[in-house]
Amino acid sequence: MAQQQDHLSRADSKEIARRRRGRSIAIFFSLLGLCVLFYAIAIIKMARH
Amino acid sequence: MSDNRIAAFEPDGREQSLPSGHSGAENSALPLEGEAELRDWIALLKPRVMTLVVFTGLIGLLVAPGRIHPIIAFAAVLCIAVAAGAAGAINMWYDRDIDARMRRTASRPIPAGRILPHAALGFGVTLAAASVFVMFQATNLAAASVLAISILFYVFVYTMWLKRRTPQNIVIGGAAGAFPPVIGWAAVTGSVDLVPLIHFAIIFFWTPPHFWSLALYAHGDYARAGVPMLPVVSGARETRRQIMGYTVLLLPITLLPWFVGFSGPAYAVVATLLGLGFIYHAWLVLTDAQDESGVSLTGDKPARAAFKFSLLHLAVIFAAIALDRLLTGLLG
Repeated sequence: MAQQQDHLSRADSKEIARRRRGRSIAIFFSLLGLCVLFYAIAIIKMARH
Repeated sequence: MSDNRIAAFEPDGREQSLPSGHSGAENSALPLEGEAELRDWIALLKPRVMTLVVFTGLIGLLVAPGRIHPIIAFAAVLCIAVAAGAAGAINMWYDRDIDARMRRTASRPIPAGRILPHAALGFGVTLAAASVFVMFQATNLAAASVLAISILFYVFVYTMWLKRRTPQNIVIGGAAGAFPPVIGWAAVTGSVDLVPLIHFAIIFFWTPPHFWSLALYAHGDYARAGVPMLPVVSGARETRRQIMGYTVLLLPITLLPWFVGFSGPAYAVVATLLGLGFIYHAWLVLTDAQDESGVSLTGDKPARAAFKFSLLHLAVIFAAIALDRLLTGLLG
């Protein structure tokens, strides 16, 4: 079977980079939110005791 | 996510080969396969289903006796939402074959090729485990346990066991969607009492007429996918009768909070009016113009109206439960 050239088009490549950037930003903010939430939960629990 | 596939252009614009193992044919067929956008990952969490889950969970939390810090309450509701989304993602992973055959679900991220199945499974399992862990850390063992049971029930009992085997799938499986008010209550009290079980029963008995109304006008989709929904197995006429039966049964169940003294007469009036409204819609479904096999000659207009009304019915019932408690607290 003839092998085709192994590459993505420039448009696809840009699109993939854009999507990965979007995911990375979302993961960053999710982790940041979780850190804040865990910190707040810990403070509230310590205050109770 | 297929992170072994790298961008084909360096920053300076030079073309770059992909790692071996990726054929050109594969890439030309689906160049962006597995490269989902953020909205695809959100779609995997079934946000529309999540809305009602969060709402009923929040009501369970608000009406429970006792106090809870607002941030802990926020964490509990977040866990309920994430757990529901996680169960939805695992459901989409398991049902990807039938989703691809149904018009309503063919454009979901997995059948459309935007998210790879194993990535969806990993995403769902991770979120499910995290939601139970955080719920335990933020609230208590009872809430975390019921949350875990609700996820396991939805995934193993409904999705993997019942959905493809019996027309009773959404009757028994409906229990999975009925857990949120119990979880909300347990997050505050650390226990499960009669009242949250009544809230559970309301959602449990509301689910069949709600889903069968949808199944009446989407039965072609279910038949194509081989899902034994009631209209596919027993026909439209029997489904109409069952919708009527469950809707009549639902009315006294929605009155139980008043009967046990948890809600006041104002709630009872609202629940009665809503119940009668739902029965009226079920009656229109039952008496819809049909051919000999019970198939609607009106494009299932009454079933569509009953489905929409069922959403309003449940939302207003739970809002009324919360408002009634609020007013009782303010006046008494």
